[in-house]
Amino acid sequence: MRLMRTPFYQLHVEAGARLVDFSGWEMPLQFSGILDEHRAVRESVGLFDVSHMGELRVKGPRALDALQVLMTNDVSAMVDGQAQYTVMCLPSGGIVDDLLVYRFAEDDFLICVNAANRQKDLDWVLEHNPFPKGAFVTDESARWAQVALQGRNALPILKGLVDFPLEQVGTYHFTLGAVAGVTGCIVARTGYTGEDGYEIFLSPAGARTVWEALMAAGEPYGIKPVGLGARDTLRLESRYCLYGNDIDHTTSPLEAGLGWVTKLDKTAPFIGKDALRAQKSQGLSRRLVGMVVERRIARPHQDIIANGRKVGHVTSGTRSPSLDLNIALGYVPRPLARPGSRLQVDIRGRLANAQVVRTPFYRRPY
Amino acid sequence: MQFPPELRYSQEHEWVRVEGDEAVIGLTDFAQHSLGDVVYIEYRSQPGDHVAVGDVVAEVESVKAVSEVFSPVGGELLDTNEDLDGAEELVNQDPYGGGWLLRIRLSDPAQVDALMDASTYQAFVAEQDS
Repeated sequence: MRLMRTPFYQLHVEAGARLVDFSGWEMPLQFSGILDEHRAVRESVGLFDVSHMGELRVKGPRALDALQVLMTNDVSAMVDGQAQYTVMCLPSGGIVDDLLVYRFAEDDFLICVNAANRQKDLDWVLEHNPFPKGAFVTDESARWAQVALQGRNALPILKGLVDFPLEQVGTYHFTLGAVAGVTGCIVARTGYTGEDGYEIFLSPAGARTVWEALMAAGEPYGIKPVGLGARDTLRLESRYCLYGNDIDHTTSPLEAGLGWVTKLDKTAPFIGKDALRAQKSQGLSRRLVGMVVERRIARPHQDIIANGRKVGHVTSGTRSPSLDLNIALGYVPRPLARPGSRLQVDIRGRLANAQVVRTPFYRRPY
Repeated sequence: MQFPPELRYSQEHEWVRVEGDEAVIGLTDFAQHSLGDVVYIEYRSQPGDHVAVGDVVAEVESVKAVSEVFSPVGGELLDTNEDLDGAEELVNQDPYGGGWLLRIRLSDPAQVDALMDASTYQAFVAEQDS
């Protein structure tokens, strides 16, 4: 099958990006280099094409009720113009996907899902929608392009390009407006890097206008286009889970440290609630932990060893450009999950020492 | 992308520069570009070891990937590039100069003739890249 291309594809080619296949999309892996792009975001600002993400609209008088059943988080706690991170679970408590819910009105929500899971999520939501006559689900993925402007200088750059008071958009809130004259954009103060910043949903027709305006306004700040390589190092330092690596249908949100989006005491009988309650009352057998690995870089699927025995596996690992340490996430039995716990990772047949540390690995200093 | 004409090249994207009966070995511009930012180099052989053609002599790790370095020639390993310790980016910035990896005393200089010349390697890379 031919790879799908985002509306920014031609701009990436013009910028000399190295492109890779990412779940069926031809996406930039890197522009100037992962370390350089990572530093730009941590120290100033970077611009990402995240148009591969999927968008589903849930509308209707029972939209909120339907989402309360589908999502583990308490969607009823949101106000208009707010965004919320949550997961959708299987009845077993395994994770279907992690996603953001945007509330436009009590009867109008947008959910933004992982590119690789778009069809699966659409099928899941349609099949498990408890109120099909009052909550209408449509796939709007083709209608939206998306960029992420991330870094401490995102606000001053975007401020001059929008037709509303940007400072008034708080963290995990959004507003509708024009960006660089392109109307009908959703500007959300969210992100996947650990920095302040915005994710902007826009019409594909406005892609070049918005991208070029952001790059031009960002020039005095040394803005760089950023690819998927640095997106991964940035999110891992901030300990944001990546679906398919750190979480999937075999892991529960409680094990993954996502208990904060798993509202076991909300009144709605959400999918997975019983299994997750049982898991909580019986005690978790394993936890996703952060590790610092000595001298070598752990990679996904490598075994975690304690006292000569395999006790778990690595789900993500990289060199942390901000900390100059090798960081990793992995599942280990609960008694080994406390900070300071000493482990080893089998890296291509040789053991590297590792230590469990508190996460996030990186926290922004402002 | 650079393909210095005075070097010989392997199919695994190592270059070889002959200096008398010694060979200096590194990763090609194409290899460093494919790997991206190099952050670790781990030598599998130490000076004094005898290495054969195809032996894994080092592991080069970037943020995104890890790649083994195969010795394109055989002989006694004389030296590894210790200057790269803490300055691994030289492999990216200066692959044919400061980014060299190994120095080997050639046991059979004819092995070098089996490697590609610059124009053959350039064509080989173009084919791989397409």
